Amino acid sequence: MSSSNGHLLEVNNLRTYFETEDGVVKAVDGISFLLKRGETLGIVGESGSGKSVTNLSIIRLIPDPPGRIVSGEVIFDGQDILLLPPDEVRKIRGCRIAMIFQDPMTSLNPFLKISKQLMEVTQLHLGHSKGQAYEHAIDMLETVGIPDARARVDNYPHEFSGGMRQRVMIAMALSCKPELLIADEPTTALDVTIQAQILELIKKLKEETRTSVILITHDLGVVAGMTDHVIVMYAGKIFEQAKTTELFARPGNPYTKGLLRSVPDPTSEQGKLYQIPGSPPDVAHLPPGCPFAPRCERAEDICRREFPPFVELTRDHHSLCHFANEVFAASGGTPENVRV
Amino acid sequence: MNDDPVEHHPEDQPALTPLGIPRAETPDPNVIAVGPEMAVAEADVRWPEGGEVIKGRSLWQDAWRRLLKNKLAVFGLIVVIVIAIAAITGPWLIHKMLGFTPDYIPSNDVKLIKSFPPFTSPEGKFSWTHPMGTDNAGRDQFARVLQGGQISLFVGIISTLVSLLIGISYGAVAGYIGGRVDNLMMRLVDVLYSLPYLILVIVLLSMFRSQTPRGQLVLLFVALGSVSWLTMARIVRGQVLSLKNQEFVLAARATGVSTTRIIFRHLVPNTLGPVIVYATLTIPQVMLTEAFLSFLGFGVQAPLASWGSLAADGAQNIAIYPWQLIFPGVTMALTLFSLNFLGDGLRDALDPQMRTE
Repeated sequence: MSSSNGHLLEVNNLRTYFETEDGVVKAVDGISFLLKRGETLGIVGESGSGKSVTNLSIIRLIPDPPGRIVSGEVIFDGQDILLLPPDEVRKIRGCRIAMIFQDPMTSLNPFLKISKQLMEVTQLHLGHSKGQAYEHAIDMLETVGIPDARARVDNYPHEFSGGMRQRVMIAMALSCKPELLIADEPTTALDVTIQAQILELIKKLKEETRTSVILITHDLGVVAGMTDHVIVMYAGKIFEQAKTTELFARPGNPYTKGLLRSVPDPTSEQGKLYQIPGSPPDVAHLPPGCPFAPRCERAEDICRREFPPFVELTRDHHSLCHFANEVFAASGGTPENVRV
Repeated sequence: MNDDPVEHHPEDQPALTPLGIPRAETPDPNVIAVGPEMAVAEADVRWPEGGEVIKGRSLWQDAWRRLLKNKLAVFGLIVVIVIAIAAITGPWLIHKMLGFTPDYIPSNDVKLIKSFPPFTSPEGKFSWTHPMGTDNAGRDQFARVLQGGQISLFVGIISTLVSLLIGISYGAVAGYIGGRVDNLMMRLVDVLYSLPYLILVIVLLSMFRSQTPRGQLVLLFVALGSVSWLTMARIVRGQVLSLKNQEFVLAARATGVSTTRIIFRHLVPNTLGPVIVYATLTIPQVMLTEAFLSFLGFGVQAPLASWGSLAADGAQNIAIYPWQLIFPGVTMALTLFSLNFLGDGLRDALDPQMRTE
């Protein structure tokens, strides 16, 4: 079970492109990151920044055509998932890598009982008999906090509320004790109070099982409370990568700064909410320079001309910006290695 | 203070969670303090009062209730059931009670080999023996209509099942796989669609003409089934196309479910609504085609009878023995009406948004 360097997942230079009538959309363009066992990684970014595509690429669920994983490695526990035959990948999906989706209202099959859907996973991966799978399904529902699980297990999805359905989804995802859980905006469709419950549940189960988690979200508050490391994505690229505490204390990228500033602060009396000017770029037609340059406050000529370097600010902190060191210094950080 | 829904019945919980990790004895101090807003969220948990289970109504129960509100559909359902029961048990009952089968020709008495009007005995008096009269060979018309109903319903149902089997598999596979495969598969359907299907069926039936009546019947199933799956395939494909991009399909794929299983366990059940409606409307259509083919002499062969072949026999003698045509004709019309009413009712019941009221 142990893998090289203690890393559960190693993504190297992943590129996923979509061929559209409008040209090639580079939805994910050269993403690399590491994930240790038991760690939580947050991926933040605006809509269309490539967060979900990154994760669908990891378990090879990109719709092909039009999508295509052009290059890269996804090394999961020592094996490159991108090189495995489809049947092997299917054995990993749902068993060793599980996913939770954004909208619990649509991610359960409306025509199948909850029990059937939960049993399917364990019958498939753990070779459970019907009876075993049924008992396991009830156990899992209890684990995720569904009261009276034995009576509820034979209900249909529409008999559950949104929060309860997301719990069912979590139960399904955790049925086979996965080593990696990918949660794609698990709370976006839920209201705030349910959101807190679901996040607490994921956190608790994660601690119990030492499952690694990749949490995709556009909610910085969620990232702050849940994750060890954060990746900030923009236009299919990693803009900043750091430990969570570090990123919030000393952002080294103007885009991250903008994101942090646009979080509403209930204590301040400001009348107007900050927003980053402009809108995310059309990934099919990116300008030659920094993709964020048109919206960036401190963009200079070089930003529009040349693609920025990925600067290492400290050992764990990287930023994609021509002025990474300056931005980092302005937030109070001391760059360790000045390497451009 | 412990409002976490997981901890509702600490004493009922096993020491180990299903994930094999010892359950924490005391709440983790790091776990969020439960604020007043969490109490609001408790409503989400729906802890039933007094341990009662909230019994929801399933989609089918809802549909059934809507169907029962539709008088015409209920009428259709009742008529179909009555005719089906009569057709299945009738010939046997008549044989038990009156002693003759549908194909019994009273060959021991030449006087009886002629067509009697309804409710008439051979002596010309009122009699209950032949409520629909007899045909040219003196066979009881009532028994023959019931037996013909058996065959007509059988043809309708079997051919529809054949079309369901082919149509659902074909359409679902084409829709789910998509791309070039879909294109190829559906163009084939288009080509078959453009062929005049009656001619196709007639050619099939006359090419493979069977010597035995039963063989001819089987051939009829095959011929009718093989042309009536086309619309079914299109309907299912359309449904699957709109369903396959829904998140639950992605979720199923992410749990490692195989393509075959996704198609037949996750997608096909979701298409059942429209499929049931279309199947109910296919039955009368197939029955009508069968009647037409039998009328032309390609369908059911004597001594077996269907409503179509009975009507064909009756039509030859319409001026002298009108009852030979009227009874099978009226029975068939009634059945077809009822099935159509039922199909319309089902459509309204299964797809409430489509209602035009």
